[in-house]
Amino acid sequence: MAKPLPTEAQELEKRRQELQNQPSRPAIRICGGTGCLALGSDEVAAAFETALNEQGVEANIELKTTGCPGFCEQGPLLVIHPHRILYTHVKPKDAAEIVAKTVVKGEIIERLLYEDPRTGERIAHEQEVPFYKLQKRILLKDSGVIDPRKLEDYLAVGGYRALHKALFEMSPEDIIEEVKKSGLRGRGGAGFPTAVKWELCRKSPGKPKYIICNADEGDPGAFQDRGLIEGNPHSILEGMIIGAYAIGAEEGFVYIRNEYPLAVELISLAVKQAKEAGLLGKNILGSGFDFDITIQLGAGAFVCGEETALMASIEGRPGEPHARPPYPAESGLWGKPTNINNTKTWAWVPHIVKNGGDWFAQMGTEKSKGTTIFSVVGKIKNTGLVEVPMGISLRSLIEDIGGGASNGKKLKAVQTGGPSGGCIPESLWHLPVDYDSLKEAGSMMGSGGMIVMDERTCMVDMARYFLNFSKFESCGKCVACREGVRRMYEILDYITRGYGQEGDIELLEEMGEAIKIGALCGLGQTAPNPVLTTIRYFREEYEAHIREKKCPAGVCKSLITYYIVAENCPGCGLCARYCAEHAITGEKGKPYVIDPQICGRCGVCMDVCNFNAVVVE
Amino acid sequence: MEVDIKKIDAILEEHGLEKRWLIPSLLAIQNTYNYLPPEAMQRVSERMQVPMIQVYQVASFYKAFSMEPRGKHIVTVCMGTACHVRGAERLVDQVGRVIGIKPGETSTDYQFTLETVNCLGTCALGPVMVVDGKYYGNMNASKVDRVLNRYMKREGEAHG
Ligand SMILES: Cc1cc2nc3c(=O)[nH]c(=O)nc-3n(C[C@H](O)[C@H](O)[C@H](O)COP(=O)(O)O)c2cc1C
Ligand code: FES
Repeated sequence: MAKPLPTEAQELEKRRQELQNQPSRPAIRICGGTGCLALGSDEVAAAFETALNEQGVEANIELKTTGCPGFCEQGPLLVIHPHRILYTHVKPKDAAEIVAKTVVKGEIIERLLYEDPRTGERIAHEQEVPFYKLQKRILLKDSGVIDPRKLEDYLAVGGYRALHKALFEMSPEDIIEEVKKSGLRGRGGAGFPTAVKWELCRKSPGKPKYIICNADEGDPGAFQDRGLIEGNPHSILEGMIIGAYAIGAEEGFVYIRNEYPLAVELISLAVKQAKEAGLLGKNILGSGFDFDITIQLGAGAFVCGEETALMASIEGRPGEPHARPPYPAESGLWGKPTNINNTKTWAWVPHIVKNGGDWFAQMGTEKSKGTTIFSVVGKIKNTGLVEVPMGISLRSLIEDIGGGASNGKKLKAVQTGGPSGGCIPESLWHLPVDYDSLKEAGSMMGSGGMIVMDERTCMVDMARYFLNFSKFESCGKCVACREGVRRMYEILDYITRGYGQEGDIELLEEMGEAIKIGALCGLGQTAPNPVLTTIRYFREEYEAHIREKKCPAGVCKSLITYYIVAENCPGCGLCARYCAEHAITGEKGKPYVIDPQICGRCGVCMDVCNFNAVVVE
Repeated sequence: MEVDIKKIDAILEEHGLEKRWLIPSLLAIQNTYNYLPPEAMQRVSERMQVPMIQVYQVASFYKAFSMEPRGKHIVTVCMGTACHVRGAERLVDQVGRVIGIKPGETSTDYQFTLETVNCLGTCALGPVMVVDGKYYGNMNASKVDRVLNRYMKREGEAHG
């Protein structure tokens, strides 16, 4: 017969059931993620509070500030439940009307609905918008629904139920077995099987053991971890507590970057709440298991996303990586067995424990299971955070969910995997998104940033940009990376400035291969990827820079000229006002002219022109 | 700004004196003073019993730390990939022109510091800049004046 449950566990179960059985009230949900905040969603929320008050309906309606529902481009976002009416680009002045019409009378305000750019049709409900319809949201399901500041909200959607199951119905080995069955691979980039790592760490001698959640998310263009933490912080804690129990760890760390103030605030609050509720600390839920979590801030060093550097940073040292082996599972933090996983990897754990490994393994492809979260950004219409099953094609992700090009220009490539990844040309967008296909194409999954580029993006400039990044972020410990990457950057810089020579491309290729072999850690080993892939797929752009001294995309300042097309220029003079070099002259009402001798090629004139009269060649 | 040793001690006490609290403590000190004053670093070294050279090594390794006094308003422009492809370079140039300094510099009247960063996590709204913790998305050259003007005006008003 099963042992009786400890009172603490029974009480939590009771509390959850009460919360789940509460009748739901109509609710207004406003995104309070960093993205919508940047567009002023805090002011929108305040306006709603006033409007609800003034119209005397605040008692019947719940006003919730949630995490990010993902459709950042259309923010500030507002969803009215139970019917999930979606309003986009909401302004404080819309609040009174929305309350009076939609909330009180159920009328829909056409003007605020999402307009499908392809059909021109206005769509009323969140679940019918193509951006959401094609997604499979599991990790993100409750982001945008629950209030990340409330433990009760997480409990009401079944939160900490998996922890209960893990502690009272499963042994640590059972949990590892279930994770193994699921086929879960790490979401931090390399895709290492999670269960294998856990098992190694569990079996490794040495006490205490530590676990770490890697929320450093250094890849520029990626913000999945931020979205998840701001949307549903307790789900990550729950995963970590279960993982710690399976591995036998006593202490955990969330290493999160300092550049994410809101996420830091929310995860810290969640830890505090979990401690108060007996979900962290001594004798968790009366099970006899002790585990605690500390939040550790990053301080602006990309290399600290690398596991060995990250651990050095937690210990209070500069974040310099060391060679592996020894792997963290044998000798990690303070020389003790340590298991490190990405934020999203941890967030999967409760789902797998709750639904079983087989459930997870049904989704995705043979070798890449489950769903994954991408931030789809760059030159497309629907920029935001999306969750899709592994194996979806790049094209479907970029065109169907991403909505295609944002400004009518032709899309040309997508960059995945951050500074370690590469650029995949449009001709290969039939490829499925999974660890292995992307690797074959010369790129990698990375943490899930997808930056879409169009014909106005110069691939040589892109390569130069990434090497500048890696050069800057190199910790300087190994020569291959410190010197090699710098030399590659210099060659690229020369090419973009018109000093490229025959043989440069071959030299870049040779150096790239050498650095891949010679560098100490992942940063250096992968730094040449952006160069090698752009050479592989866009060699003709390099050749145009070197041979014709031309930048076909019109980006590299030394190789381009700005001019004004007289027919399009009504002579408003705006460009001349913004031109810092005073290179633009003309008379009001007549076409203006740019003096190429003075022009600094900053492109501000093109930015400010409302008539598409400024062109670049 | 005068460094109050008591304040530094309070920060250290709050975090703990083991070496693992070095980075969090330095971040907290920087939040208070906007930079790491030398006296504060000295105090950290004494109280935590970490050699000054190591405190300095950490402060210089991590880009979040500044050992120079910074301006009253901190303007951060994202140079991440998503922002780069949407014209971050033009944005940073324009910001620099409006406040008259280059990235990494502080204006002589200590009103503004211009910094760049590799991603702020609001990539969907690129190019992005942050002034004193407030995010501004979908920026372009013509919006720069409007946003920065607010911070300059506030100055003017404060001084009458
Ligand atoms: C230069 C560099 C940067 C990295 N940055 C991150 C990061 O920001 N987030 C992350 O989860 N993993 C990052 N990694 C991978 C980690 O070293 C590690 O493999 C990962 O956290 C393991 O978690 P997983 O098994 O759940 O994927 C980085 C690796 C390298 C070489
Ligand atoms: S790239 Fe600029 S915010 Fe991410």
